[in-house]
Amino acid sequence: MTIAVPPDQFALPESALRGLGTRPFGVYVHVPFCATRCGYCDFNTYTAGELGSGASPGSWLEGLRRELALAAEALGTPPAADTVFVGGGTPSLLGAEGLAAVLGAVRDAFGLAPGAEVTTESNPESTAPEFFAGIRAAGYTRVSLGMQSAAPHVLRVLDRVHTPGRPVRAAREARAAGFEHVNLDLIYGTPGERTEDLEASLAAVLDAGVDHVSAYALIVEEGTALARRVRRGELPAPDDDALAASYELVDRRLNEAGLRWYEVSNWASGPAARCRHNLGYWQGGDWWGAGPGAHGHVGGVRWWNVKHPARYAARLADGGLPVAGHEVLTEADRHLERVLLELRLAEGLPLGVLHDDGRRAAAEAAADGLLDPAARAAGRAVLTDRGRLLADAVVRRLAP
Amino acid sequence: MTRLSADTTFTPPEFIRNFCIIAHIDHGKSTLADRMLQLTGVVEERAMRAQYLDRMDIERERGITIKAQNVRLPWRLGEQDHVLHLIDTPGHVDFTYEVSRALAACEGAILLVDAAQGIEAQTLANLYLALDKDLHVIPVLNKIDLPAAEPDKYAAELAHIIGCEPTDVLRVSAKTGEGVRELLDEVVRQVPPPVGEADAPARAMIFDSVYDTYRGVVTYIRVVDGKITPREKIRMMSTGATHELLEVGIISPEPKPTRGLGVGEVGYLITGVKDVRQSKVGDTVTSERKGADEPLPGYREPQPMVFSGLYPVDGSDYPVLRDALEKLQLNDAALTFEPETSVALGFGFRCGFLGLLHLEITRARLEREFDLDLISTAPNVVYEVYLEDGTEHIVTNPSDWPTGGKIAEVHEPVSKVTVIAPSEFIGAIMELCQGKRGQLLGMDYLSEERVELRYRLPLAEIIFDFFDALKSRTRGYASLDYEEAGQQTADLVKVDILLQGEPVDAFSAIVHKDAAYSYGNRMATKLRELIPRQQFEVPIQAAVGSRIIARETIRAIRKDVLAKCYGGDISRKRKLLEKQKEGKKRMKTVGRVEVPQEAFVAALSTESGTDKGDKGGKGKK
Repeated sequence: MTIAVPPDQFALPESALRGLGTRPFGVYVHVPFCATRCGYCDFNTYTAGELGSGASPGSWLEGLRRELALAAEALGTPPAADTVFVGGGTPSLLGAEGLAAVLGAVRDAFGLAPGAEVTTESNPESTAPEFFAGIRAAGYTRVSLGMQSAAPHVLRVLDRVHTPGRPVRAAREARAAGFEHVNLDLIYGTPGERTEDLEASLAAVLDAGVDHVSAYALIVEEGTALARRVRRGELPAPDDDALAASYELVDRRLNEAGLRWYEVSNWASGPAARCRHNLGYWQGGDWWGAGPGAHGHVGGVRWWNVKHPARYAARLADGGLPVAGHEVLTEADRHLERVLLELRLAEGLPLGVLHDDGRRAAAEAAADGLLDPAARAAGRAVLTDRGRLLADAVVRRLAP
Repeated sequence: MTRLSADTTFTPPEFIRNFCIIAHIDHGKSTLADRMLQLTGVVEERAMRAQYLDRMDIERERGITIKAQNVRLPWRLGEQDHVLHLIDTPGHVDFTYEVSRALAACEGAILLVDAAQGIEAQTLANLYLALDKDLHVIPVLNKIDLPAAEPDKYAAELAHIIGCEPTDVLRVSAKTGEGVRELLDEVVRQVPPPVGEADAPARAMIFDSVYDTYRGVVTYIRVVDGKITPREKIRMMSTGATHELLEVGIISPEPKPTRGLGVGEVGYLITGVKDVRQSKVGDTVTSERKGADEPLPGYREPQPMVFSGLYPVDGSDYPVLRDALEKLQLNDAALTFEPETSVALGFGFRCGFLGLLHLEITRARLEREFDLDLISTAPNVVYEVYLEDGTEHIVTNPSDWPTGGKIAEVHEPVSKVTVIAPSEFIGAIMELCQGKRGQLLGMDYLSEERVELRYRLPLAEIIFDFFDALKSRTRGYASLDYEEAGQQTADLVKVDILLQGEPVDAFSAIVHKDAAYSYGNRMATKLRELIPRQQFEVPIQAAVGSRIIARETIRAIRKDVLAKCYGGDISRKRKLLEKQKEGKKRMKTVGRVEVPQEAFVAALSTESGTDKGDKGGKGKK
């Protein structure tokens, strides 16, 4: 059930707030700015030219502070944040000081739990050793760098501007600045990417010595420049079979280097290297999503903010939460979400969660080689290597 | 000199003229009939509705007459009043039997030919039928007002065909009315009056029967001997069934009750029966008391020639389809149906039709008048299969094909096919017919540029895609007629299509041995393209018995997972999965293979085509 929220009327029901603080609590901050728009990206982000008047990084930060303060109020007794994730957009465009101010706003509103994980995404092009030193000093514990590919012709198709080798150097700089946890993002399946290009990207990632890798099959999102080029026939659409082969190659190379999958598109060198903030999404945790277009979830209620930074700023200036809509999940919704989210994890899903027909389907899926038989015997639904590539199909079988 | 009123029956036969119009579907028969109604004064100018005689919308739209009407017209020649009965004939190849009964009710026929196009195959076939019944034929060229008309050329062609002088061919424009008065005069002069015994027991032939919602079945008859009067009991001679006669009347052009009908007269009966099956075209009506002993010759039970499964695309429409078929059957004695179940298509009906057009008209009416969305399986003719153990099997559905014993012989229906086309297409037509197992029976030049080709062809080949192929190879110029011509033995096999080893009933087909591979291959290829990939590999096989003759493989799907699923993606992802789950519920399952109904529908509809009905008729403009 989706409800459009008039200004000032969003409030979390008592039932959602029950148990708040007993589950991990995270804060997501959305930075809606980029230097340029990449052809494949459909995220809620704006270049300086697209923003128009009424919105600027300065007004955004002001709005963010207000939203976080209102959030703390809306939550009653707000728990300290176990995790903070600053994403975008391009958070590194804010500079180390800007990011320090963002974290300061979160601290002011919620406080940070001891040992909190604090991540920021960064574009390697807008980072430098001083930047990493600055955010480390401000309290960030983890950096996620958008690398996408090591092949210049692939980056060109994606509209990514990198100096060759910059992402790997940035990762090394981050580690040198004291970041134990560094992630590199890869995109595979870009039109024109050859196997040797992907091999080269993987070699570069491993050479950087990071403890975490996210690798995503390219999704041609509606409304992007890339989608238009594919539709016009200028670029071939990604082929699912080729994407599957690429995924298998990524998994193999990362495994060889000691990085294990813990979610369908995420690999880490060990349990401590996993992104706790993202695990919160997949394990039914609570989080406040702050910033334009950000989504939040607390106790079975999902909501999302207005998308445009100008409206975001205006709504907060009016004194209300900038929420655009929310939904209260039904039992059936929560069941389906639990199956679809937890099944993506290497830990899998307890079979006890499934209904009878789902458990029968799990037996069949195991027979088909999609679920791990040993895990099933131990009472969990865990995807096999082949099953990971067919996860959505398995979800449809397990939650019929 | 006898003064007659058109509304008073028991007209002396010598002043009656019974005639029909033989014409190709767009050569202007309805316009001519309209003009006649107007000139004889039975329809006033302002009440004139274009093509008065064609009543059903589909007929109007497709420009063809399905159900015949008939009308009584007064006409004075010199000082003498006459009564003309214009008997309209159904204008299509599938209704040859109905045409033959309408012709049998007449003494004369107007052969109406478009002066810009010349005679067409069906017209020629109906002309032969008329000559066969010793009807007097008046050749007429219509549309002489058209700039493209070539009356001299086509008058010569008609004269050549009938064996008369080109000057005997009348020239009219039904549109402007030019020449129509003269034509009516010629009908009186040339068509012989009916002959019958007024004092003999009544014998009247049914040449049409129509279901009317308010009045029940309206039966059209032509009295041959004796008389039919209201309030007597009548007997249908084929069944012996007796009925109370509620009303006897004439059409001029609205129904009018009368005191009865005498020798040579044409009119209608109403008995209160609710089903045209009880009032069969070709049957003889007599009085219950002192009735005739011998029926009129020529009666035949309607015989479905082509069978096809009709299924609602939405399974919940099944009861609607059943009711709709029942309603259509009230007015269509040739339509048969019985329930049938298909793995691929669910619940539907096995329906029998006179021919392909009958099938398509029925389907169009079901879709239009009852708002149904239908899929039909490939049409099937009636095969007789003889096994070596001496048993005989009638096969109207591939699923009835005997699988147990060894087949000794298979008989299939054959047709005599007439094609008329410009002579430049002879090669293309011959090639087509030979490819369809045709046997050339003869060829005649109707004129220098136009040729008539006669072939013997298996009916199964004609109903498959023959019309479309003929049309496309002759750029729409060929016209076609076919009639039953018995049976022949043939080397036929049943090809099954299997998905992961499970046969998919809707795709089984009976084909000639030499065509089995190409059919199997075509269907397997098509299904490979239409069926979505599954989580496992799916073999598609075509098999004759246990022998696999073609194979395709749907490779297992390798990737079905969204790469990114973070906080902001979850709602969207959940809704997408719910939609996919809904889609899954609409899937048909063959073994473990999930197939969207649309895939079956697509595979079948590309197979049968949808618009073979117009055959170069009004659609050709």
